[in-house]
Amino acid sequence: MSHHTLRLLAAAVAVSTILPLAAHAADKAPAAAKPAKADPALVAKAEKLYLDSFDPDQPRTHLDRLKQDEAMALCSQYKDNPPAAVRAKIEKAQLETIRFPVEGRLVGDWKKGEELASSGRGGHIGKIQPDPKGTARGGNCYACHQLATKEVAYGTIGPSLHNFAKVRGYGEDIARYAYMKVYNAQAFSACTNMPRFGYHAWLTPEQIADIVAFLMDPESPVNKD
Amino acid sequence: MRNQRPGTPNAARAWLMAGSLAFLATGSALAQDKSMDEIAKYREMLADGNPAELIEMRGEELWKTPRGPKNVSLEQCDLGLGPGKVEGAYAQLPRYFADTGKVMDVESRLVHCMQTLQGYSFAEATKNWYSKPGKESDLVALVTWIGGQSNGQKISVPAKHPKEAEMVKIGEYIFHRRSGPQDFGCAICHGQDGVRIRLQDLDNLSQPKGAQKAMRTWPSYRVSQGTVWTMQRRLIDCMRQARWPEQKFPSDAVVALEMYLQNKATGGVLESPGIKR
Repeated sequence: MSHHTLRLLAAAVAVSTILPLAAHAADKAPAAAKPAKADPALVAKAEKLYLDSFDPDQPRTHLDRLKQDEAMALCSQYKDNPPAAVRAKIEKAQLETIRFPVEGRLVGDWKKGEELASSGRGGHIGKIQPDPKGTARGGNCYACHQLATKEVAYGTIGPSLHNFAKVRGYGEDIARYAYMKVYNAQAFSACTNMPRFGYHAWLTPEQIADIVAFLMDPESPVNKD
Repeated sequence: MRNQRPGTPNAARAWLMAGSLAFLATGSALAQDKSMDEIAKYREMLADGNPAELIEMRGEELWKTPRGPKNVSLEQCDLGLGPGKVEGAYAQLPRYFADTGKVMDVESRLVHCMQTLQGYSFAEATKNWYSKPGKESDLVALVTWIGGQSNGQKISVPAKHPKEAEMVKIGEYIFHRRSGPQDFGCAICHGQDGVRIRLQDLDNLSQPKGAQKAMRTWPSYRVSQGTVWTMQRRLIDCMRQARWPEQKFPSDAVVALEMYLQNKATGGVLESPGIKR
């Protein structure tokens, strides 16, 4: 394990010690059912049927979106409810994927972050209704979270993040936790509903820092209104 | 003109629809303003009945008219209840068909009938599989009419045949399968009760109540799209929104998902064709 990874682990441990609520409030409520793994023979058959159902006449990069990494495969097979040991294994591996902005600034421009939180654009492919070329990808945080109160069209799949820093504090530890959570939420909560925005390079580290600012800046409407 | 819609005259249907839209009006005053426009649009559409009914009529005509290289109608097409038996067929699809050895939904079965009875090639039968405003699909019109012939009937997909039971399990696996640049899977949004995305309420499709609510109004006229969408179209669009690549048509993965959802929705009463946002 590298020095860098150790530091990350230490940061995560520190953050989750300080922030037991923050770290777990965003997680799915544990499913009532006991963790059960899908039958491997069924998985093999279903995977073949599924993958054969896609139009092969499209760019390889499009079809690559169907590939699963270890976390996706395990979460699928356990219906997002893996047993504790598998959960721990996923979280450890995901924590090691987190990278920070080159210039080291975790808190960027909250106004840019607000735009990213509002935009659900980008990334749609296929022949029927793709996004126009060059469409910038948004984070679409409002699809699932309440943030600033002036935006009423917010979803409830994730917890409310209104007053994010007002409730949790404006310190660097909280900013670091927020950054890591947006970058790879599965580092804290295996198989969470939340996309891994940094891991997939859906957003750049700098864009994630802008979203962190939207959550953390005292002037941001998340904390001010 | 078309079969009677038992117990739901148009006015009652309109009010039911308006009621089911009331969720849009919850939340703040601003949310209400936004959604009032949408509701006004719906009311306008509903005042003259469901536009899908015109498409249904066209579907009936297409079913009965001799067409294709063999110049025969689809009237001998077997949708699962025997050749030519259409009433109640949609409510029992997808199902296993011994002649093809496959579980098929209404669209894959229609494509099969167009090939075997009318002599169309697969490419011809599938080339115009979805409608957009100004470019109505024959296949969608046929599905709309066939769906309407099950209006008022209970969805009944018990999956007793081993191939059907297996397809339910495959559908369930696909429902929970996660992939793509946003780590999505159907269950992310549709696997829990009482949540919404933006202001849109989400049904928990993994439970009978939610599955029934979602499945009983297809095929459906979609006001936002200005045309009728079938379940294949709906699910292929879900996959687009999940940022996954595009499916073939007809798609076995979609048939598997339909099988899983119709099995869960069994017992729900069809109100078809529906009308939606």
